[in-house]
Amino acid sequence: MKIQMPELSLVVMVGASGSGKSTFARQWFNKAEVISSDTCREIVSNDENHLDASDDAFDLLHYIVGKRLKRGLLTVVDATNVRSEDRKKLVALAREYHVLPAAIVLNMPEKVCLERNQERTDRNLAPHVVISHINLLRRNISKLREEGFRKIFELRGPEQVAAVTAIEREPLWNKRHGEEGPFDIIGDVHGCYEELCNLLTLLGHTVDAAGYKVQVNNGRKLVFLGDLADRGPATPAVYKLVMNAVNDGVALCVPGNHDNKLLKFLQGKNVQLVHGLEKSVAQLEGEDAAFRESLKLFLDGLISHYVLDNGKLVVAHAGLKEEMQGRASGAVREFCMYGETTGETDEFGMPVRYNWAANYRGKAMVVYGHTPVYEPQWFNNTIDIDTGCVFGGKLTALRYPERELHSVPALATYVEPTRPLRIPGEGNNLQHEQDDVLDIEDLMGKQLISTRLLNLVTIREEYTAAALESMSRFSIHPKWLIYLPPTMSPSETSTLPDYLEHPAGAFSYYSKNGIRQVICEEKHMGSRAVVIVCKDSEVVKRRFGIEEDSIGTCYTRTGRAFFNDKETEQAFLAMVHAALTERNFWEEMETDWVCLDSELMPWNAKAQALLQHQYAATGAAAVNAMTETIAALTAGADNPAIASLLKNYEARAEMCHQFTDAYRQYCWEVKSLSDYKLAPFHLLATEGKTYFDKDHAWHMEQLGRYCGGEGNPLVPTSWRVVDLEDAAGVEDAISWWEALTAKGGEGMVVKSLSFIERGERGLLQPAIKIRGREYLRIIYGPEYTLEEHLTRLKQRGLGAKRALALKEFALGVQAIEHFVAKEPLRKVHQCVFGLLALESEPVDPRL
Amino acid sequence: MLLTITTRHTPATDLGYLLHKHPAKVQEVEFGKGKAHIFYPVANEQECTCALVLDIDPVGLVRTSGNQFALEQYVNDRPYVASSLMSTAIVKAFSSAINGKCKDKPELVDVPLPLEVKLSVLPVSGGETVLHRMFDPLGYMVTATQHPLDTQFPEWGNSRYFTVTLTQTITLKTLLSHLFILIPVLDNDKHYWVNREEIEKLLAKGKGWLESHPERELITRRYLRHQSSLANDAMAVMMKDDMPEELLSQDTVTEKVKPRLHEIRLQQVCDELLSTPVKSVVDLGCGEGKLLKLLMPHQQLTHITGMDVASQRLEIANRRLKIDRLPDNQRKRIRLIQGSLTYRDRRIEGFEAAALVEVIEHLDPDRLKALEKCVFGYAMPGKVVVTTPNKEWNVTFTEDTAQMRHSDHRFEWTRAEFQEWCDKIRAAYGYVYVIKSLGEEVAEVGAPTQMAVFTR
Repeated sequence: MKIQMPELSLVVMVGASGSGKSTFARQWFNKAEVISSDTCREIVSNDENHLDASDDAFDLLHYIVGKRLKRGLLTVVDATNVRSEDRKKLVALAREYHVLPAAIVLNMPEKVCLERNQERTDRNLAPHVVISHINLLRRNISKLREEGFRKIFELRGPEQVAAVTAIEREPLWNKRHGEEGPFDIIGDVHGCYEELCNLLTLLGHTVDAAGYKVQVNNGRKLVFLGDLADRGPATPAVYKLVMNAVNDGVALCVPGNHDNKLLKFLQGKNVQLVHGLEKSVAQLEGEDAAFRESLKLFLDGLISHYVLDNGKLVVAHAGLKEEMQGRASGAVREFCMYGETTGETDEFGMPVRYNWAANYRGKAMVVYGHTPVYEPQWFNNTIDIDTGCVFGGKLTALRYPERELHSVPALATYVEPTRPLRIPGEGNNLQHEQDDVLDIEDLMGKQLISTRLLNLVTIREEYTAAALESMSRFSIHPKWLIYLPPTMSPSETSTLPDYLEHPAGAFSYYSKNGIRQVICEEKHMGSRAVVIVCKDSEVVKRRFGIEEDSIGTCYTRTGRAFFNDKETEQAFLAMVHAALTERNFWEEMETDWVCLDSELMPWNAKAQALLQHQYAATGAAAVNAMTETIAALTAGADNPAIASLLKNYEARAEMCHQFTDAYRQYCWEVKSLSDYKLAPFHLLATEGKTYFDKDHAWHMEQLGRYCGGEGNPLVPTSWRVVDLEDAAGVEDAISWWEALTAKGGEGMVVKSLSFIERGERGLLQPAIKIRGREYLRIIYGPEYTLEEHLTRLKQRGLGAKRALALKEFALGVQAIEHFVAKEPLRKVHQCVFGLLALESEPVDPRL
Repeated sequence: MLLTITTRHTPATDLGYLLHKHPAKVQEVEFGKGKAHIFYPVANEQECTCALVLDIDPVGLVRTSGNQFALEQYVNDRPYVASSLMSTAIVKAFSSAINGKCKDKPELVDVPLPLEVKLSVLPVSGGETVLHRMFDPLGYMVTATQHPLDTQFPEWGNSRYFTVTLTQTITLKTLLSHLFILIPVLDNDKHYWVNREEIEKLLAKGKGWLESHPERELITRRYLRHQSSLANDAMAVMMKDDMPEELLSQDTVTEKVKPRLHEIRLQQVCDELLSTPVKSVVDLGCGEGKLLKLLMPHQQLTHITGMDVASQRLEIANRRLKIDRLPDNQRKRIRLIQGSLTYRDRRIEGFEAAALVEVIEHLDPDRLKALEKCVFGYAMPGKVVVTTPNKEWNVTFTEDTAQMRHSDHRFEWTRAEFQEWCDKIRAAYGYVYVIKSLGEEVAEVGAPTQMAVFTR
């Protein structure tokens, strides 16, 4: 005998002591699935027979069961469960988590239980206790269904127990993980047959309107969100087409409240013929009994909602909260068809719907209808696509996974809506409005952030606390912060005698990890800047939800405004905008905004305080002190001992001058806007697109088209692709670096040619910097090149820095990918906030 | 990094005896962070100069205290200046001289000699005035050359480095004790952790001159690196009785208004909060807990929460309010949380009253909307007391209309601007408000602080 059990059930074992429950559970379920009251009693009291501990033991049992059910795991409760009140608590628990309660009853003869009980060495209950168990069980076994158990299996006697050959787990009907689409999801049709045919045609399908047939093209599948019936002119026709499509396996359909009411009517139940049902009923009068019968079966068989594409998509008529997705209960079905209301009514006398989507945090995209809206809008990864066709609006379809909306206008206003489709002043963007204030709960404490590149990135609690202050006090508006650049590791410490860093280190890192092609880019000495420019201020409002009048932003690698005043910022961005516009950027890239990763020069534009307080000050102290010291030594240089000291100090004084020369290279006076130069090197994103799939040569070529030329604030960056197996090319690249740094350049950055690369041990460094020998003076101090210093400085570890760079890279990429995919700001901000938090990790700042 | 001591006393070479360093030799003295070279550029009967050159190991210098993950730990002026490292070197190299011992010519120890000291370079916190305030009362003639930050960028201005010459006829041991204490005082930094032993060093080396130095308070405070408790102890030893009041409270208020104003403001906010029988109050942006301290004694309040974005300031608040030492029933009344007013925070929901004292002006104007939503839209306390500076009043201390009272203020509002904002809150969130002024009213421009009390 096979027992069939829904895969997500709460299985309650029922049976007297000695009936073999534990043995049965052990045999047919996994160890972790079975929660036994004896075990819980032992955990709380050290003794599984300690009956005083029963209350605490059952508290624990219910707690564990609750946690498991919340996580969607089948759970078996191994306790006698012979008393109705004990079972009721478990049924309530199952209902709370929308899990099906099932009972397996081991109804054994008294003799069997008593004998087994006698044989037990660990516990020996008095026979009258066992007998009273059996009596209790037999008395109320018939009440199990009434108590709420949806599946009941009674096994009478050891023979029946022995006859069980398998427990088969049935998948839930609503789980269609394997259905990956692509889908065309269609909102509330309400009998608007002509519009439905128009929409299907618009979507590229072949419609035979007279035959109620649709040929679904391009390997797509239709999904109907319910409310096919009522109010409109041709309800039977709509059903015919949908039923045919479902039968042909090219469509799925979930029930709406109107479909459900029609079903009740067809089942002969007493329903009021209002809200358009009267029209459907009248239209069905002309149909034959066979159709009415098949319609009844069809409606009765509709599943409340579907979880599709491996859990990434949920469709339900009125939407569905996360905790109900993929669950089955009356409450779930109710929610799917009716949603929730707050109990209040609005000025039109309509019940106020509780906006579950405002609190939606689920991973799955939820597509639904039910509430007519003027224009569908994405809100926390959910979308309502009922655009009120029957009320004279339009019929809308969402293409998944493309996220494209297509619609056809209503051919008539079939019914005047009670509540106007568009209420004045309500054209607001729900997502932007909610994103005005993000919830601190999503950011604080220890964070685990999922990223495409590194799975989970962990952020420690003390770092998120630091990030909160930095983000609140110093960062620009979170709506602008769609990306932060990762920190960059230097190359492996050079083994060459006179160098701390050398290109050979970066090349060997990549070739060791199986990368053949790398790109070398000149490293400008400025400050890292992320620049967002929009085609106009309207785009800023619409796409970014920023209300102030601006065309973009320019911020540092820690999310602070690059320019101290808005006016300069906007004037500079206007110059960048003009340069892009002049070379047809917007048309060519088919976008109205762009996000660039770049270097903004001069260095002193942003780093003036650092320069004066640290570099210039150190230089002034060093040079002046050295000069005076050398004067004193020179005065006594007749003495050979002083003369040798003099030689030493002269060499060091030279280094102090070189130090001053090093930072001076990167400073120039900013008198006007035209003194700022921006060197972009990553085209991060434009509307609907990121470019992490393009290699760096593409980025440099693409960006190069907009750089350079008289008066252009965008300046080009020199670069070259190097084949690491071509020794001459590698030599060339090294000479190129030597030439760059000899001229006072900061150095270069080496990246794998592909934006994202993995080696045997996972994600590779996205970029490695090789800084010039002179430049490093401002990092390691004026005299770092003295051999005694250099030997010690070479003992540096890159591990922490590299691990950090990878985490930050993964978070940055994830942030902007979320933004481009129009995910709620919360998800973008979690990544950016996490990245900023990581920046408080203690890492040697000289790296 | 260079100290030279010159005398033209005859015979000038007496200096060698006093310093216990032979003029013909180059000597090396090691100390913790490096070494010092001692040599004589000039040594004859007429003139004798002894030079002490520091040779600091910049790689080994990385300080063990403070933030080791800041770049300034690695690239800084320390190897090149006369700092507390110089004091250490002086004691090490010239220990006999500073202690007034001279084996060969003991009679010279107490003889004032014409001495000239040159320091290169000396970092001075507070500029040339402070230099004079330190050395002039001790009888020195001071000449100082200030070095520019970078000769190539004259617009960057001067550095805090000086080449200083001090001249006086004085005993060598006194001169050295002056240098020992005043070099780190001028630099206003120490290369080591300041502890209780420092008081003894200060009292020993300052004996005979520090007690009567008009800047003794500043010297003490800086020498003990602003550890007010240590400074107070040292002053107590020196002055025995009447301790100056201002040393007791370490004033960190940078606002250019009388410090009293803040006290007045807090008391008035406290009164306003308690003017109705509210039981729960949240102080949004509680800082170091001054308002919380005023609220605590009022037993009508059963829940007091202080929120601030800076965890450091919360720690101070925690100490000030002695929360860990409160009895259970009192401790249950108060809670400190780290949070930000630009994020929705469910922990501040459900309070009857809230205070926003000098908080809004610290937010960028475009983040203010988030604060409004957080406080008036989500948390919705029955009463909200908001205070912010009145910009018009600034004319009483500055003519610069762009100047704000605190470097972190992102804006300051006139009375009209504040009222406009209050009206916006009223319209958007259904609150009513009254505006009151805080502090002394000045004709035309009003009081220094403006306060709005919102109720719903």
